[in-house]
Amino acid sequence: MYRYDEFDRRFLEERTAQYRDQVRRRLIGQLSEEEFRPLRLRNGLYLQLHAYMYRIAIPYGTLSPAQLRMLAHIARKYDKGYGHFTTRQNMQFNWIKLDETPDIMADLASVEMHSIQTSGNCIRNTTSDPFAGVTADEIEDPRPWCEIIRQWSTLHPEFSWLPRKFKIAVSASEKDRAAVHIHDIGLYIVKNDAGEVGFQVLVGGGLGRTPIMGKVLREFLPKKDLLSYLEAALRIYNEYGRRDNIYKARIKILVQALGIDKMREEVEAEWAQMDHTPLDLSDQTIAAIYEHFAPPAYPAPDAQGEATLATAIAADAKFARWVKHNTHPHKQPGYAIATVSLKPLGKPPGDITAEQLDLLAELSERYGFGEVRVTHEQNVVFPDIPRGALPVFYAEIAAAGMGTANIGLASDIIACPGLDYCSLANARSIPVAEKLGEHLAAREEEIGPMKIKISGCINACGHHHVGHIGILGVDKNGEEFYQITVGGSADEQSAVGTIVGRAVPSDEVNSAVDKLLDVYVKHRSDGEDLPATYRRIGAEPFKEAVYGAR
Amino acid sequence: MVLVKGRAVVQDSWQHLEDGDPLPASGPVTISWARWTAERDMISRAPAELGIRIPNTVTTAEIGAEAAKFGLIAVHFPNFSDGRAFSQARVLRDRYGFTGEIRATGGVLRDQLLFMQRCGIDAFEMPERALEENWLAAFDEFDVFYQPAEDNRPWVARQRLGRN
Repeated sequence: MYRYDEFDRRFLEERTAQYRDQVRRRLIGQLSEEEFRPLRLRNGLYLQLHAYMYRIAIPYGTLSPAQLRMLAHIARKYDKGYGHFTTRQNMQFNWIKLDETPDIMADLASVEMHSIQTSGNCIRNTTSDPFAGVTADEIEDPRPWCEIIRQWSTLHPEFSWLPRKFKIAVSASEKDRAAVHIHDIGLYIVKNDAGEVGFQVLVGGGLGRTPIMGKVLREFLPKKDLLSYLEAALRIYNEYGRRDNIYKARIKILVQALGIDKMREEVEAEWAQMDHTPLDLSDQTIAAIYEHFAPPAYPAPDAQGEATLATAIAADAKFARWVKHNTHPHKQPGYAIATVSLKPLGKPPGDITAEQLDLLAELSERYGFGEVRVTHEQNVVFPDIPRGALPVFYAEIAAAGMGTANIGLASDIIACPGLDYCSLANARSIPVAEKLGEHLAAREEEIGPMKIKISGCINACGHHHVGHIGILGVDKNGEEFYQITVGGSADEQSAVGTIVGRAVPSDEVNSAVDKLLDVYVKHRSDGEDLPATYRRIGAEPFKEAVYGAR
Repeated sequence: MVLVKGRAVVQDSWQHLEDGDPLPASGPVTISWARWTAERDMISRAPAELGIRIPNTVTTAEIGAEAAKFGLIAVHFPNFSDGRAFSQARVLRDRYGFTGEIRATGGVLRDQLLFMQRCGIDAFEMPERALEENWLAAFDEFDVFYQPAEDNRPWVARQRLGRN
């Protein structure tokens, strides 16, 4: 993974000192709350319903053992002993005191972490495929490009006061595990006809009030041009993006207003006029970043490994189920990608305790190569577990309450913090997720792959639009109701789900979802996921199941 | 409001004309973009040294071609969260080679000075209360930068290659 050099370290010390002084100026009244707000936001600090919420960047989801232990330390010392992984591969702490935040930032800096640009109208944490570098189906490792973008976007002088937030994702696989289509700019690493590797650039994706899938801005961009092209696109957005209405300020609205062809014309014209030379990425620069992501020297797997694994699978049905759902093929023979579920039944999705964080750190050292990945689906991936070690690995996580075998299934629900924490929310998300997960667990094996996503308001942090089944909390005269969508998808077939009917009260969510699942199970043909069935049979059977014939 | 330039509070040597004010025979004056576009031919013949105050909705293509006629271009931040003028300033310097003064007006936070300077803005109109103790440090809070910009400070990707 990426390791800081002297420049990165010095930069972070400077940022920490700057922030410490900003907090001091706020506390003695030199800065008004109005002036301080954009400064704290650009350091990840929100004021929520009950306390400050502090969002820590986990660049493209990657964490080292030292970083995991530091998050555990922060949970213990400054919060209530636990943290929350978000749908943007970040970590949030919900019970933070303002005057302690400079110390937290200094603690983070000691392990090469920060909270810069995890909020505010600027370029946010770049996200990626949690299987990057270890999956067989990728063209090239996308992480070096995320790191290149991370550095370039850090305190960018021109693009730190944009019309609205700006999110970038990079993926390099046919199977999109990074939800590239719902980002302001999405980058697919692709090969052109000449066999050169570069980027397909998407623009204008996003959820919120106006869910739109990204459109192709450029079919092929050579690697060396990435940063100058991004500057051209961001400049067009900074100059022409709307600033009169917060709900119409994302780049997707600009793309919608101009049309993708005009947008392309503008960006290309800007790019043609720019002096690219300073931003051109030399082979040497690219190679130096790639070195940080060189694969580990995989020792030959234990000759008995496969036999050990087979015996354990045969002896323990729970373990067999976990292997089936929570492991994924690795490009290196003898190794597996294992996903630890943070969706135990009846618990808030994505929450993790300090003790669990410490344990994950230890396990990553003992069985992996000292690295884990946080996923946008709020779970934790161990990229390199020898297959023969899976039984002992499973025993350890299961003993710590992290052995749920539900990755990709109905109870692997994404949910935002909702009204339990968030000042924007209209309704609670967590209790709905807890109850629904518990309810569906019994039949999730029969249902098969299923993505259920819950947001507590229209800002859609829980990505409900792109859930196979999406649930949106709405407020009706002070009561919590839930609007249900069906047929959404965040993968390479991305689609926005269709609203099935009027919102239902929270105690009817489970039965409504049951009815939708019944329709899917009844109508699906072999290997079809719910969005595929939906595309084939349309919305009517789903609507009828929940609301009756019209 | 006070004017900051060259890391110090300075006297403003420019006179800022309202749209109806007569053009003086000499002395540097600024006029609004609206007046310039309406009275361009007449104003061009006047002897006074000219500066212009542009709204942040003027495209750099519109102002860029004529930038060399002005000794000062005042860019505007209607409030501190509206960052359009960062791009205007940068393009004026980078693409149109503008070498006169670029002055930030409107909502300017002390904590944005460095961003502005990096984009080529070299004068700042600020509320007096923003000049609290050690405000000058705002220009020096960082010496590590991850992008090339208009201030020609060394930046990391080149420094890593052993160049400045």
